[in-house]
Amino acid sequence: MRSAAAVLRKDLLIELRTLETVPAMALFSVTTFVIFHFALDRARLGGQLGAGVLTATLLFAAMLAVNRLFVAEREQGGFDAFLLAPVDRTAMLLAKATALLVFLVVLEVIAVPFFALLLAPAHLGAGLPGLVVMLALGDCAFAVIGTLVSAIAVQTRARDLIGPIVGLPLLVPALIALARGIGPLLRDGGSVLPPGRWVAVLALYDVVFVLVAYAVFDFLLED
Amino acid sequence: MSPDSPAVIELAGLTRHFGERTALQDVTVEVPRGATLAVLGRNGAGKSTLLRVLATLLRPHAGTVRLFGEELPRRGWAVRGRLGLLGHEPLLYRDLTGRENLRYHARLHAVVPARVDEVLEAVAMLGRADDPVRSLSRGMVQRLAVARAVLHAPDLLLLDEPRSNLDPGAGELVEPLIGRSSAATRVITSHDPRAALQEADLALALRDGRAVYAGPAGGLDDSAISELYA
Repeated sequence: MRSAAAVLRKDLLIELRTLETVPAMALFSVTTFVIFHFALDRARLGGQLGAGVLTATLLFAAMLAVNRLFVAEREQGGFDAFLLAPVDRTAMLLAKATALLVFLVVLEVIAVPFFALLLAPAHLGAGLPGLVVMLALGDCAFAVIGTLVSAIAVQTRARDLIGPIVGLPLLVPALIALARGIGPLLRDGGSVLPPGRWVAVLALYDVVFVLVAYAVFDFLLED
Repeated sequence: MSPDSPAVIELAGLTRHFGERTALQDVTVEVPRGATLAVLGRNGAGKSTLLRVLATLLRPHAGTVRLFGEELPRRGWAVRGRLGLLGHEPLLYRDLTGRENLRYHARLHAVVPARVDEVLEAVAMLGRADDPVRSLSRGMVQRLAVARAVLHAPDLLLLDEPRSNLDPGAGELVEPLIGRSSAATRVITSHDPRAALQEADLALALRDGRAVYAGPAGGLDDSAISELYA
């Protein structure tokens, strides 16, 4: 935990200093909402349509962070420095996934109000607790899978392509569960709680990929 | 060999490939505790690869590698805290300050925070410790890299061109940390083979990844050095 905290602290400090990742994610999301607002010529997108726009936007914004997650480690010797230390290599997985999770939460704190302002139905307020639960579960999936994919992609020359090519198919089930879970919350007069089935699917997906990541991450750092 | 073997480094038939290319072939050498091994050879001879294998960053593809009696890569975790690597890359984050970088490494190596200021002072970088690394000269970055490599007081120093970018004054400054007086066992490569041999007890001469000489540093004369770099 000590070494994971050290890596996480370092990553957050670098992001605070450079502002390379989160502002780009936020700008991408807000711009996308503005485009949908005018392109669809609708002031409000309720139900499943709104959920689709929100989740797809967050997914693509997350890919921006996934592509950059290990760049400093690769380009500035961070991998070697970490591998030279007498620490459990899983600490890197824990730290990077947590850093990505933090980036996603900050993104959503910015993006969801803009979504509500530009596109969402008035009903969003009542469904907000359910939305927070679904986004938290979705963020876990994005963070764990994104970290795995980023660790693979950064070892390749075509890392900007490998991230989306490998990451998006792996994230499709999570995206479907997230969108189907959020849809009823955005419907006028809709549910206050997300459907249990989709909450369970997303939670199960999170658990499975946490276990997969734990099992394979060491090998990704190997020579 | 048992874990209390007097040799810190034991290589027997070490071989390492990169795809089709053989970077190291059948390299055998032993380095006793406290000794300095100078690794010589032209560019691409396999010097840096050898250091990276010793640093546990590359796996040997054949042969055996033992550090402190522990076999690599299986027991790499047992020796990592006892190694200090000073390579071509400083292993410092450009957007962090020198102090922040060293604090990060101190946390990874479970070193007390006070040690950070101690090594910063030793490399005369206390005054610029709070400047981002990207704003420092190459010589200053190299001094920070020296501080990073010795932060956890390693027993084995792996030094790849350690004095590159250092002016003579800075070279003297880092001497107690990475020089002969550091008391650590050392493996050193240098652009200047004669200088490297002067501070070495043993020499390993590599040509195209093969050892063409392994023995006392005094056993390589000027003509042998010239032939090695011809």
